[in-house]
Amino acid sequence: MDFYGVALGSRLLLGTAGYPSPAILAEAVRRSGAEVVTVSLRRESGAERAGQGFWSLIRELGVRVLPNTAGCHTVREAVTTAQMAREVFGTSWIKLEVIGNHDTLQPDVFGLVEAAGLLAADGFEVFPYTTEDLVVGERLVEAGCRVLMPWGAPIGSGRGLNNLYGLRAMRAHFPDIPLVVDAGIGLPSQAAAAMELGYDAVLLNTAVARAGDPALMAAAFGQAIEAGRQAYLAEPMPMRDMAVPSTPVLGLAFRG
Amino acid sequence: MKILVNNAAREIAGPSLADAVEQLGFGNAVVATAVDGDFVPARKRASMMLRDGHAVEVLAPMQGG
Repeated sequence: MDFYGVALGSRLLLGTAGYPSPAILAEAVRRSGAEVVTVSLRRESGAERAGQGFWSLIRELGVRVLPNTAGCHTVREAVTTAQMAREVFGTSWIKLEVIGNHDTLQPDVFGLVEAAGLLAADGFEVFPYTTEDLVVGERLVEAGCRVLMPWGAPIGSGRGLNNLYGLRAMRAHFPDIPLVVDAGIGLPSQAAAAMELGYDAVLLNTAVARAGDPALMAAAFGQAIEAGRQAYLAEPMPMRDMAVPSTPVLGLAFRG
Repeated sequence: MKILVNNAAREIAGPSLADAVEQLGFGNAVVATAVDGDFVPARKRASMMLRDGHAVEVLAPMQGG
């Protein structure tokens, strides 16, 4: 699997927010096997310098970072935040979020397409947080995106894959674009289900950070995602409505 | 001069953004800056002159999903 020419072994992208402690975050990243973690930018206090310690921790983990534009509600906010992130984190990768609704945190897909075009033209490699809408996906690809990240369910909801049909259709519609289910995953089984659909990777945060034992849950997600990938490659059997006996009936005793 | 730093009123000597970053205690911190909503790269902070009322954003790495 590769994103913008960068080959990755792990298909889990892990968020870094909401962990009980920095040490538990570090342990969760290690146990997950993730090679990419998402990060953000926030206002810094000259006195507290909270961000500096966080950045040291992430650099020590030796993973690649995918900065996000979380919390941005306009194209201008998102573009400026992306530019600031590129300088601070030293990467042209950007997880582009343009939020359209406070309750669902669903993407403003119109602003998303506009911002993606501006950023791609400025040399960014954009990972757009989008919906499973195929036409929006096409517009994002036209705007220069070489990865698409549809939501499974609203951010932090843990509801899993709300629209299996839509996600399956998206996989079929974009056979050559890396697809990542981003947001809404609550359980390893849901992540495995995304991988069984043929998705290239899963991005999640809250399901690990808010687990009772984040590091153990991170390991569980890593295994589930690998299992789901192998199941996809192994070509699952077709689903049927009626039973089909798995034990051969030929030669069965007591039958005339 | 009176400016806004991360939406809080601050009195600084300035005159450049580079001076302000130093005066606000960020020194060698890993931060990115914007003025009135536009990104100002680190290499351009010295030539970015501030004036009363400018809204400066100073952002640093933070946890994110």
